[in-house]
Amino acid sequence: MRFPKFGLILTCLTLFTHGAMAEVSVPVVYLKQTVERPPVLSNLDPIPEDEGDMGAQLGLADNLTTGTFLGHKYSLLTRIVPVGGDLMTAAKEALAESDLIILDAPATDVLAIADLEVAQDAVLFNVSSAQNALRDQGCRANVLHSLPSSLMRTDAIMQFARSRRWDTLALISGEHPDDLSYAHSLRRSATKFGMKLKSEKTWVFDADMRRNAAQEVPLFTQDLGKYDLLLIADEVQDFGRYIAYNTWLPRPVAGSEGLIASAWSPVVEQWGAAQLQSRFTELAGRAMRPKDYAAWAAIRTIGEAVTRTNSADTETLRGYILSDDFELAGFKGRPLSYRQWNGQLRQPIPLTQPRALVALAPLPGYLHQHSELDTLGLDRPESNCEVFQ
Amino acid sequence: MISPSSHLARLLSLPLFLGLASPALAAEIWVTNEKDDTVSVIDIDTLEVIRTIETGERPRGITFSKDFSRVYICASDSDTVQVMDPETGKILHDLPSGEDPEQFVLHPNDRHLYIANEDDAVTTVVDTETRTVAAQINVGIEPEGMAVSPDGKIAITTSETTNMAHWIDTETRKLFANTLVDARPRHAEFTAQGSELWVSSEIGGTITVFNTADQTEKGKITFEVKGVHPDRVQPVGFEFTEDEKTAFVALGPSNHIAVVNAETLAVEDYILVGRRVWHMAFSPDKSLLFTTNGVSGDVTVIDVAKRDAIKSIKVGRFPWGAAMRP
Repeated sequence: MRFPKFGLILTCLTLFTHGAMAEVSVPVVYLKQTVERPPVLSNLDPIPEDEGDMGAQLGLADNLTTGTFLGHKYSLLTRIVPVGGDLMTAAKEALAESDLIILDAPATDVLAIADLEVAQDAVLFNVSSAQNALRDQGCRANVLHSLPSSLMRTDAIMQFARSRRWDTLALISGEHPDDLSYAHSLRRSATKFGMKLKSEKTWVFDADMRRNAAQEVPLFTQDLGKYDLLLIADEVQDFGRYIAYNTWLPRPVAGSEGLIASAWSPVVEQWGAAQLQSRFTELAGRAMRPKDYAAWAAIRTIGEAVTRTNSADTETLRGYILSDDFELAGFKGRPLSYRQWNGQLRQPIPLTQPRALVALAPLPGYLHQHSELDTLGLDRPESNCEVFQ
Repeated sequence: MISPSSHLARLLSLPLFLGLASPALAAEIWVTNEKDDTVSVIDIDTLEVIRTIETGERPRGITFSKDFSRVYICASDSDTVQVMDPETGKILHDLPSGEDPEQFVLHPNDRHLYIANEDDAVTTVVDTETRTVAAQINVGIEPEGMAVSPDGKIAITTSETTNMAHWIDTETRKLFANTLVDARPRHAEFTAQGSELWVSSEIGGTITVFNTADQTEKGKITFEVKGVHPDRVQPVGFEFTEDEKTAFVALGPSNHIAVVNAETLAVEDYILVGRRVWHMAFSPDKSLLFTTNGVSGDVTVIDVAKRDAIKSIKVGRFPWGAAMRP
């Protein structure tokens, strides 16, 4: 034999691998509550029905490959609850199948599931609700968040505006609850970074703006006064697309339109991201969206924890994920980890326009005593979450 | 090729003129420009770019054959490895490389290329003589770093998303071990006469040193650049001095090269270079080191003895790989 030593080691590895295969088997359930979307002015960009699920599928493929070398098995079961369906029963069934759940549901549902008795020893990954309260006083010890909070996104916009010295802001907000809560985050972030939010208006038009934007928006924005940057809170993507280039003053727009801060965008290509994008596009036949990224990151979080701990025990995995040792390579230029005070995945936030990456927050100069990433969103002293202590 | 200054030189001194007009006499550093689809050729004597040669799309890995009569270039987005005549800059032929070849290593037999196919989770072994694929080996997601032991018995592929070094028996072309490293391994090299394998982890911020004999971990190198957050200190490419006592390690977006004592694994020095430093190549006598700086689009020349950057040379957009031609 050419490699007597290696032959011996190969045998040992094989034995170990077989031993491990019997125990390290990691089933995960992707639980999705389908939600009804409000009517919007334009259907140019329909939201794909498999948003989120496909990101989880890619994460599974990544984990499976790693698993083959370590004898770790992974499986993913997707449960989709229709509008008006019985989510709680589905959640209980899911929790009977696994205590690792990827949760794609509105914030109220996330809380209801987290508070189920059968969920107390589970780890739920929130991949769809950006609501700040879930990372604040409304947090749950069994819920981790791979999707960035609204505040992480609005802090990113303020860091950028501040670094460009666009200090005076105006805001147009829609009336949907998601718009209102995003607008609230924008105000809070503006205060945090010392910006002046000079004027605000609520979008009240009900006309079809595909025909009237050019006529209506200049007048609508005329009384906003002087400002450097126009913020748009239109999280349901209703009117925002008709604002840019139609404002009374020639000003850039940011927020839900124009310069967007999000977990992920198809224009991110640095830091090896081109590889993740092409693997996703090959799998899903479309571009990767923020929820896909959050679901991918959640599944990869589980995979990374299983790989490093050689365990499928939920308590062991949770402990490792929330420890200082955990780091996830997330194609955003630096390691991602979880905030130990509220379970939020710490991550850089890309600021993008439809054709290119503009900047990556945190921007240079925003320093922090522990991690610059904690200049985005609720830092330890700001968060009222206490159940993680 | 003959510049006005060389006309002047011809008037002044015939021997000097001959020296300038015959680029084959001076050693060169070949740098692949990932976003320009070119190679920049740097003359080591004048420290200037003397030629720019077109390549396939997104050139990254680059290496010469043993006798330097051919240069192999990974044209990633053209899904091929190009074989070029370095004298003329003409593409002689393409090799079947598998999809998206990023980085490769030439086996000491001067015949087999071990290629990391980044999009395919595969290592492809190509016979450069018959121009056929000799084997494909399934490895982890996003294979990148490639190394081969000096005796040619072991090839290594590192996978960026699976976070492993995969050990390939070059005889059977099968994996015989898979060892975990920190997040996003990028580059691998054998050293200490092949008794050690070093693997850099970009996101983990470390280099893991393995004992080749039993694949156990011998040690780990960590880095600390003053004024730079640890998250941004990201080791990528590295090379050893002739005596294998010192390693130079590119630290990516921290814009520094670390000088590591290969025996104690302690970092002795940090050298400021261009932005997002990636790979590097030595001059023939290893007195100069040339680093590719992706974001600033230049190459930093380091005086190895003084451990000091002495010059920046503008090349194409996003310089990636570097190889020396004597």
